[in-house]
Amino acid sequence: MALITYRDALTQALREELTRDESVFLMGEEVAQYNGAYKVSKGLLDEFGPMRIVDTPITELGFAGIGVGSAMVGLRPIIEFMTWNFALLALDQVVNAAAKMLYMSGGQFSMPMVFRGPNGSALQLSAQHSQAWESWLAHIPGLKVITPATPADAKGLLKSAIRDDNPVVFLEGEMLYNTKGEVPEGEHVVPIGKADLKREGGDCTIVAHGKMVLVALQVADALAKENIAVDIVDLRTIRPMDVEAIATSVQKTNRAVVLEEGWEMCGVGAQVVDFIQRECFDDLDAPVVRVHQADTPMPYAKNLEKAAKPDAAKAIAAIKKVMYLG
Amino acid sequence: MRRESTRKPKQEMPTKTDNAEKSAADQAALRKELLRSMLLQRRFEERAAEAYALGKIGGFCHLYIGQEAISAGTMSVLRPDDYVVTSYRDHGQAIARGMSPRSVMAELFGRVDGCSGGKGGSMHLFDKKVGFLGGHGIVGGHIPLAAGVGWAIKYRKGDQVCVCFFGEAAVNIGAFHEALNMAALWNLPAIFVIENNRYGMGTAISRSTANEDVKTRAAAYRMIGESIDAQDVFAVRDAMGRAVELARKEGKPTLLEMRTYRFMGHSMSDAASGTYRSREELEESMKRDPIVILHDIMRANNELSDGEFAKLDEEQKAICQDAWDFAEASPEPPLDHLYTDVLVDTTS
Repeated sequence: MALITYRDALTQALREELTRDESVFLMGEEVAQYNGAYKVSKGLLDEFGPMRIVDTPITELGFAGIGVGSAMVGLRPIIEFMTWNFALLALDQVVNAAAKMLYMSGGQFSMPMVFRGPNGSALQLSAQHSQAWESWLAHIPGLKVITPATPADAKGLLKSAIRDDNPVVFLEGEMLYNTKGEVPEGEHVVPIGKADLKREGGDCTIVAHGKMVLVALQVADALAKENIAVDIVDLRTIRPMDVEAIATSVQKTNRAVVLEEGWEMCGVGAQVVDFIQRECFDDLDAPVVRVHQADTPMPYAKNLEKAAKPDAAKAIAAIKKVMYLG
Repeated sequence: MRRESTRKPKQEMPTKTDNAEKSAADQAALRKELLRSMLLQRRFEERAAEAYALGKIGGFCHLYIGQEAISAGTMSVLRPDDYVVTSYRDHGQAIARGMSPRSVMAELFGRVDGCSGGKGGSMHLFDKKVGFLGGHGIVGGHIPLAAGVGWAIKYRKGDQVCVCFFGEAAVNIGAFHEALNMAALWNLPAIFVIENNRYGMGTAISRSTANEDVKTRAAAYRMIGESIDAQDVFAVRDAMGRAVELARKEGKPTLLEMRTYRFMGHSMSDAASGTYRSREELEESMKRDPIVILHDIMRANNELSDGEFAKLDEEQKAICQDAWDFAEASPEPPLDHLYTDVLVDTTS
């Protein structure tokens, strides 16, 4: 296994799938000559040429729609949004076109396409550039929504997303591109819709996804020093959600904390808690607690930003609460 | 035998007269076919209105009456492997493109034998077999799809074209400009057709659009823009023929403004006149009925007797009655269809 960055893992997945299938192409702002705003497509223009690695004008709605149209007649577009914050302009294409085309055409037109790009907050980018979109997108039937946390999952899930015949929303962690991890060499495909137990422990379950999985791992390390062992269920895919993995863990630990980057209201955590209270009610020794962003737009000032974001300290406090400690 | 031997010299020396005669016959046949297409659309929409009034069709239902020359003229110059994508005023275009009236009426009735299995309804007619890529319900949202189909054609080095229909109100939508920009920038074989019926729902173009000469939007994208009297099916055919040729041979897009008028309300929910337009204006516009205009030409040419016209019309009415009967006999979709076609099952 090679130790590579999340960014390089994504690039590998793109290169391998572009090589594997000539109907796959990558389109978006700055993906070609500039090598990608976050360098995920570095070198691909030279390798695959301008019909397959395509720079667009700044026109998210337009090029998302080009992707949808081309998928209707059999191509397999990968539409890159420079960030998901800009993708808001294209949501009509994602939600009203891509997600619904198969259904409203009575099964005639599938949408074998991927919408991908960085998601979630970075550092001091303030309100308009610091948002986690997964709860919005996971609300929509007809989409699959993926949030990989590690380089290995990033590579394996992106390959699955590109091969899937459905529209897949692929949310990369903006702060994860430089993180490193072991990635199996050669063909490495991770199935969509399967959670992964990133840490095993019997005292409490942490359900997390994307960047928050790394926070959960910090939490686990810190709590280990206090002889508290946590299960970390990395959802990996938000839709379809692997609820069996959640149930298996909660039935073992009897306690759960849900950790996410997004806001509280109608968030991913709300869906997870709904499932736990229905299916694991008798297993619970304490109410489930959620950790999430403060219910405000993201502030710019460093201290306010820190106060707004979910972090390890907040998660540890939540775990101690559900364990009735201190 | 004798006829062949007498015609032989002519075959060796083809004359203009021969070609002209053949051409005249062809032209008459073409006129009859265009008239048939428009009549079928008209009769179909009349039955759709009737079915809506009886509660057999629900939801929104936008009729095409008055605009039939645009679809008839356009489809007459397309190849079977070309593509069409359109807005929610899609019944006439679907039928003109060759979708079966049965499958369209059954879709309107919400039945399992509808073209979209009863899941799409009036605004979402689709038929992969004839390259009909939908009926789309968000004004302007489907215009980038046409550029995308054009992109796919170019990607595969094909020589098909994609025709995209939308109303004049859509030229103020961002998606229109984003799509036209990329279609021109990348030379995509897409033809953007503004069906200018002068009203976006109940808002007159003069109240919505700073520059009412909407074809001039093409200039912003170095694209050819042309206005056509779209009550004249041959004017439509001529302009569309040139646009198709430009797209097919040079991969270049065109913007065509088809000047028309809708004889009915925006949808079945509003009156044809009285609120946002006057009865006088409606009546004046209805004097330029595309079916009457073509029929008058054919009458003047003595190429279609009144009896023949009546027969042609009766045939179209019978097709629509058959579509109605078919739709009525078709079952509602089984309840388990609620959950099918949300996702493709297989992950390869």
